[in-house]
Amino acid sequence: MNIWLIMLAGGLMTFGIRFILIFLFGKFEIPAGLRRALHYVPPAVLSAIIFPELLMRGGRMAIEVGNTRLLAGIIAIIVAWFSKSTLLTILAGMAALLVVQIF
Amino acid sequence: MHEARQSFWAGVRAEFPLLVGVFPFGMIYGALALDAGLSRAAAQMMSAIVFAGSAQFITAQLVRDAAPALVILLTIAVVNLRHMLYSASLAPYLKNLSLRWKVLLSYLLTDEAYAPAVLNYERTGITPTGHWFLLGAGIALWSTWQISTALGIFLGAAIPAEWPLDFALPLTFIAMVVPNLKNSPMVAAALSAGIVALLAWSLPFKLGLILAALVGILVGTILEGRK
Repeated sequence: MNIWLIMLAGGLMTFGIRFILIFLFGKFEIPAGLRRALHYVPPAVLSAIIFPELLMRGGRMAIEVGNTRLLAGIIAIIVAWFSKSTLLTILAGMAALLVVQIF
Repeated sequence: MHEARQSFWAGVRAEFPLLVGVFPFGMIYGALALDAGLSRAAAQMMSAIVFAGSAQFITAQLVRDAAPALVILLTIAVVNLRHMLYSASLAPYLKNLSLRWKVLLSYLLTDEAYAPAVLNYERTGITPTGHWFLLGAGIALWSTWQISTALGIFLGAAIPAEWPLDFALPLTFIAMVVPNLKNSPMVAAALSAGIVALLAWSLPFKLGLILAALVGILVGTILEGRK
């Protein structure tokens, strides 16, 4: 499919997700179970992307010291935990990757 | 009208601290989208049409990996599901607005617009001009997102190909996930999704991502229910 069609459909869907409960207010209550589940969407989706980006190298799992992205990612995780800053985390992770790549 | 304007600008001001984080995020998105093979026009227009940071990042990545359209759309839906929470939480405050306002404010309802708006509503309750606050926050964010995307597209072309720019994607997501891992269901949701993503990595059409996300959501929800 054409990228423009994907964007249009994706945009309409995103709008629908944001609009539906505002539109239906009073007519439909979001069930408690679903509400609880929605809280776990961000950590689940984002981790499903983070893990392969750090651990899969060239089509195989690489849990080893030579995996520079894994090392830099661990440093970024530590920085994110303590600083809670997006910018600092990106800067620290990028700097760490550049440094470990040299060695 | 004076009070509406005041409320609008209060929303813009409340958005400012958040823009510090949004601006580099938008620039990285612009550069990454170009890197993933999107045209300049498509990269820019996605910021206006989809207007959802993480979903745009992931879409760019899936386009790079030549994932099928249906998988891309499914992924966008899963990633943006969390906006239902915002919609549900703001709905009582917006119930008296016209349909036009509801449509406009829904379009602008992102993580970063929701956060200051809900705080404001919790403080003031429903007021005749409260929605102008959300509009101000939303428009401040929207403009920043468009400008930073454009700058990222512009500068991205100048970044040498050997720079590991794509590494900004996991780093950005680490910054979004890690500070929120405050209890064991959250940690379990993140870990189980991550592990399933690794195990299911070779599934066709990038379906592993959706499978992993669903497992993580399920694990977190079940563990929270047990507590």
